[in-house]
Amino acid sequence: MCGIVGLFLKNPALQSTLGAHLETMLIGMTERGPDSAGIAVYHSPVAQGRSKLTLFNADEAYPWRKLAGDIGTALGVETDVSQKGNHALLVAETSESKVIDWLHANRSDVRIMGYGKLMEVYKDMGLPGAVAEKYGLKKMAGTHAIGHTRMATESAVTTEHSHPFTPAPDMCLVHNGSLSNHNNLRKWLKKQGQTFDTDNDSEVAARYFAYRLSEGATLEEALEAGLTDLDGFFTFTMGTKDGFAVVRDGIACKPAVLAENDDWVAMASEFRSLAYLPNIEKAKIWEPAPATVYTWSLH
Amino acid sequence: MNVIDLAKTPLREVNSRLQKLPKDTNERLWKLVNVHGEHACAVGLSQPIEVQIDGHIGYYCGGMNQEATIVVNGQCGVGLAENIMSGEVRVKGNASAAAGATGQGGLIVIEGDAGTRCGISMKGVDIVVGGSVGAMSAFMAQAGSLAVCGDAGANLGDSLYEARLYVQGKVESLGADCVEKTMTPHHLAKLERLLKRAGINADPNKFKRYGSARKLYNFHVDNVDAY
Repeated sequence: MCGIVGLFLKNPALQSTLGAHLETMLIGMTERGPDSAGIAVYHSPVAQGRSKLTLFNADEAYPWRKLAGDIGTALGVETDVSQKGNHALLVAETSESKVIDWLHANRSDVRIMGYGKLMEVYKDMGLPGAVAEKYGLKKMAGTHAIGHTRMATESAVTTEHSHPFTPAPDMCLVHNGSLSNHNNLRKWLKKQGQTFDTDNDSEVAARYFAYRLSEGATLEEALEAGLTDLDGFFTFTMGTKDGFAVVRDGIACKPAVLAENDDWVAMASEFRSLAYLPNIEKAKIWEPAPATVYTWSLH
Repeated sequence: MNVIDLAKTPLREVNSRLQKLPKDTNERLWKLVNVHGEHACAVGLSQPIEVQIDGHIGYYCGGMNQEATIVVNGQCGVGLAENIMSGEVRVKGNASAAAGATGQGGLIVIEGDAGTRCGISMKGVDIVVGGSVGAMSAFMAQAGSLAVCGDAGANLGDSLYEARLYVQGKVESLGADCVEKTMTPHHLAKLERLLKRAGINADPNKFKRYGSARKLYNFHVDNVDAY
């Protein structure tokens, strides 16, 4: 079982409260996922020509400063690093792909959790409230954020199997459900040049959407195509640098509630995660229809 | 009126208090506030009391209800009034999936829309929806009636045994073995009484009736090649 939450702010005046609201929403999903939690927050964009990467190593004493220095020397660029728990946020004065290539070639012990210009991703074991606290979610300002809480029923509690999955710059996907055609789809995506980090079915969905978007599809078109190509049970919530989307399969047996007013759009597996949002009493609240794509954009 | 604040009293205590009320209780009117989407609120009540719930509520609200009248001034989650035996459960807003699942009796009124599988496997409950219902509503319904003032989603009444379905708006598609039937004066009178009982203002003459073609009751020898 899992819990999903997502918050997309339409009113810029609320941006300073993004993290605080997402924390409350995430804690609301504790009973659906007490084992581990993950968050992707779209905030603090880096300056032109820079990129940021969220990195992970299980050892909290990992020498992140040395790593940043090595990358700086090897690529001949300025780097900056700050540690949060067993994650580190690295900002480099170059494209994310150069840093990723260097890491793949030189540091197999470092996992890349997410990358882009503004998205940061943290995943850890423990109660959602404890994870939010550890990574300082409450203080994160921004435009939109997505969270996932997990109750492990079949596979181990590890960070690499945790959501959100981040298949492309500033793109993340969370999934509640299971896919039945992920092996075939993985094979097909590999032929199209996609590479995989795990054997997880949700990663297949994430890379599928990333592939569609990279081929020029709009967010709506990518999700519509997914309704045809993905077989199984799913409620997906997806974030891109300026977009937010929700889609459920045609049977819609994995729960989802949407709420919207002039200031924000919020999604959660259950209403109790939405119960404390500002002016929720007057928001439009509905259950997303089966096989229907819902998208919002900042522009 | 007794008001219980769920921000101060745990839900389990609230349910227990309402469930243990004696038959001749004078405390017949209750209001629950600050419910914040709690699951299994006001379940298993068995006395003729009225419980008003202020705010949006989570899953299984009013489940297994007998005799009590429950009014939700808000929206509600999955499995509203599941397995209701008698009494009445009314929602002023929308209800999520599987409202009235397996309900055996009593009345459910959803003034807004209901999600997918409304009245799934209903066994005698009457359900009136002021708005529309989602896909697969009245799936495997066995008895009772479902009246929908708006539209019905795909596969209405799939694998229906009995139960009477009335829809005023458009039906996206009918499920296996569900067919449109003639609205006889007998059914019209029943629908009129049902809408009146639910306090829903709609003209019964504008509804169409659907029910079971009863073709799935027995194995048909023409299908033998399929096995």
